[in-house]
Amino acid sequence: MIWQSWSDFWSMGGAAFFVWGSYGVTFALIALELVLVLRRRKQVVHRLQRLRQAMKASARRKEIHQ
Amino acid sequence: METGQRFSLFRYAAPQQFYPLAGRLAPWFAAAAVVFTLIGLYLGFFVAPTDAVQGEVYRVIFIHVPAAWMSMFVYLIMAFWSAVGIVFNTRLSAMMAQALAPTGAMFCFVALWTGALWGRPTWGAYWVWDARLTSQLLLLFLYFGFMALTRAIEDPRRADKAGAILALVGAINVPIIYFSVKWWNTLHQGASVSLTKAPSMATTMLMAMLVMALAAWAYTIAVVLWRVRPLILERERHTEWVGDVLETSEARA
Repeated sequence: MIWQSWSDFWSMGGAAFFVWGSYGVTFALIALELVLVLRRRKQVVHRLQRLRQAMKASARRKEIHQ
Repeated sequence: METGQRFSLFRYAAPQQFYPLAGRLAPWFAAAAVVFTLIGLYLGFFVAPTDAVQGEVYRVIFIHVPAAWMSMFVYLIMAFWSAVGIVFNTRLSAMMAQALAPTGAMFCFVALWTGALWGRPTWGAYWVWDARLTSQLLLLFLYFGFMALTRAIEDPRRADKAGAILALVGAINVPIIYFSVKWWNTLHQGASVSLTKAPSMATTMLMAMLVMALAAWAYTIAVVLWRVRPLILERERHTEWVGDVLETSEARA
């Protein structure tokens, strides 16, 4: 076994800042990217749905006027 | 029969066919990414031994190298789709290139960031202006430039073309990054893994790194498929099939 204890593991032989700083920022960026991608999908679908409804409504208005 | 088979081969080049395929595939790649990450982290932190020279700080490698590889691969794939888009004028290619760029930029930044954190305890500096680091920084700016350019131009066709040209010209930088450690005298070490010689690291360390590289691939594919889907909807919004998609996802969204 490489590590004597959990605190031994977390201290990374004195390199905790460099090791966890690398892993922490990487996983934070991945989480951020996933959130942004999924939010973007929702926004696009909502916007396109509104656009579509607006177009339908204006088409109906035209029919009534004719 | 002949034409039927050929048709099915190119079927998924059409946005209408690719959209549902991407939606079906993405969760599988995401699941693979999670599994590979867990295995890779386990191998990297609990199986791979302490490095005789560097101690524990070398464990940054399990992110640093896969991220650096990915940042170069993604750019090359982006350039490939750009070339396909220019030559065959396919609609989907430019969307793929645009969906790839942010993830490539993310991995590029991660490679630079972890490199800085690894450089400080081993070289004594977070940053040096040497060939490898400088060309990798240039790659990050190429990604940002591509994203800014394609978003700044209103007309999608012109945006696609301008982006494609930037992606293709910038691709020259990728071999420069890769061979920089050979061509110039740099602080950065040479390749740990290459096709021509045996890897210069312990087997368990190598395994952990390769599994993390697989995780990075799977993650990239999943997130790019998720990102390209709304792009397809936006670009194809005037078509009937997007109308159908919007009707059906009304309940879910």
